[in-house]
Amino acid sequence: MNFQLTKEQEFVRKMVRDFATNEVEPLAADIDKEHRFPVETVEKMAKYGMLGIPFPTQYGGAGGDHISYAITVEELSRVCASTGVICSAHTSLCCWPIFNWGNEEQKMKYLPDLLSGKKLGAFGLTEPNAGTDASGQQTRAELVGDKWILNGAKVFITNGGYADTFVVMAMTDKKKGNHGISAFIVEKGDPGFSIGKTEDKMGICASSTTELIFQNCEIPADRLLGQIGDGFKVAMSTLDGGRIGIASQALGIAQGAFDVTVEYMQARKQFGKKLSQMQALQFEMADMKTRIEAARLLIYRAADMKDKHMDYSEAAAMAKLFAAETAMYVTTKCVQYHGGYGYTKDYPVERMMRDAKITEIYEGTSEVQRMVIAGKTFKK
Amino acid sequence: MAFKIIVCAKQVPDTNVIKINPKTGTLIRDGVPSILNHDDANALEEALKIKDKYPDTHITVISMGPPQAKDLLFECIAKGADEGILVSDRAVGGSDTWATSNTLEAAVLKWVKENGPYDLLFAGRQAIDGDTAQVGPQLAEKLDLPQVTYVEEFEIADNLKDITVKRQMEDGYELIELQTPCMLTTIKELNDPRYMNMKGIFGEKDIKVWNAKDIEVDLTKVGLEASPTNVFRSFTPAPKGKGQILEGDTEKEVAQKLLINLKGKHVI
Repeated sequence: MNFQLTKEQEFVRKMVRDFATNEVEPLAADIDKEHRFPVETVEKMAKYGMLGIPFPTQYGGAGGDHISYAITVEELSRVCASTGVICSAHTSLCCWPIFNWGNEEQKMKYLPDLLSGKKLGAFGLTEPNAGTDASGQQTRAELVGDKWILNGAKVFITNGGYADTFVVMAMTDKKKGNHGISAFIVEKGDPGFSIGKTEDKMGICASSTTELIFQNCEIPADRLLGQIGDGFKVAMSTLDGGRIGIASQALGIAQGAFDVTVEYMQARKQFGKKLSQMQALQFEMADMKTRIEAARLLIYRAADMKDKHMDYSEAAAMAKLFAAETAMYVTTKCVQYHGGYGYTKDYPVERMMRDAKITEIYEGTSEVQRMVIAGKTFKK
Repeated sequence: MAFKIIVCAKQVPDTNVIKINPKTGTLIRDGVPSILNHDDANALEEALKIKDKYPDTHITVISMGPPQAKDLLFECIAKGADEGILVSDRAVGGSDTWATSNTLEAAVLKWVKENGPYDLLFAGRQAIDGDTAQVGPQLAEKLDLPQVTYVEEFEIADNLKDITVKRQMEDGYELIELQTPCMLTTIKELNDPRYMNMKGIFGEKDIKVWNAKDIEVDLTKVGLEASPTNVFRSFTPAPKGKGQILEGDTEKEVAQKLLINLKGKHVI
């Protein structure tokens, strides 16, 4: 057992903390208000290698590990959860399935551009009638000659409006249920592929969440990712990793809200003393800090298991469940301790509270995480 | 032939959290976070900008300090430097600026012996711990290099020979032309240092540690004993009173408030 970060991981935190403080935090309130996707920040993240951390250098990655990746998403989300999820969705949901399931040609074709951040990635599984229940996929893919023809629509796709490369699930054999789903790589500009409505959301307002529309969308046969019928496995294994990213996002939100509240409580005086001198509030802060640290350890453990190629599916579900609920718990309290100010947009905590909620919903709701954990518990 | 740059950098305690040993008058470094000295970050950045433009440029960062100063070289390489050399030995501990520049001179000469001549030597103007601004100029003198201090603008011609620099003065600036090899000390106005990058953080690190014997330095010219200057006394200055900000809708209103304040204090 080793609870010390490596030198590299420590420097990753230092680097991303500096980057987030100088480049991300100053924009966070404005891009939230304007619902503006921060293209300029994505370019900077690309420049500093933050969009390809846990991948080998031979494909253009940084050659890092998943704890470093988790730290990166955490530190970005500490000041701006929208920026955090841009990095997370790109890395976990698009780069990773291509890296893990792609053949050598696909990896060489797509990964260098994705990992260098020249191109941005997204992932399409969810449909209007198939969210948690992935088997209800209505998007179909048919092999016609040497082309796949896709028809259908995806919803709630993170990075949708700005991505260049998409990993998309579609039914290739309806009769087989989950085993009839296959995964495909779709590129922006493919004939018959378009971006639909952009969602107007409660939180993570600067992240681009859109529909993907396939109308006789034609893609070459070599865009199949994995084998025919592998789609469900591709999607589930991808989401296992994605949960580490979202758990890190939740952790960052919680830590960010906690940090600004500590600062606020040392400045705000009521009844002749600082809020930080009131024991009832001190104890609450102690509880929050403890939960945040517990979430961090669960996340780093899941990330470490992933690096060691162990079965980390349950560990990732626990990390995401606990971190997301911690983010909601902490941000709600932090708004409370800011009083009326906390409810205004002059302080960042209301944004953090709105941002926190999604972490209990996307990439598997908290209920789904419990299903995963319970499933492992009662498996014969 | 590749353009070769040596950057002198120092690991310093973060000035926001420093304490002074009341007995010895020196800084207590234990438990204080260490950072790359600010002006040295500008020195490295200028070298990296040359490397951005001429990618076969080779950058060596040399530092003197305790073993943990290897972290500083890690950071410099993670930003894009090619190699780091730490001169670390109890024999050079406690050196003043004269003894430090003797040590660095020996290190540079060893580097030259192994790698051939260098083209440019950069150093930060001064370190935030000692604040002397002497080591750079002394090193240039000992290496017999032309030098310009307080560089706030830098330009190098495509022949990688002719350099134009703007030197900051208290009441203006000097524009100076000079040629490589030379020594420049840099200030924060020169550039905005970049962050480390992920590939740099995870990449191979060429970090060497040299001791006093390795650099063949004259031991009578380094270390605390050999240092001609001693710190007489260090102290934390008493904090000044808190400032007060007067606000008002018009300048007149603010001026009135100021007047009332000053009269109230019997200043006028």
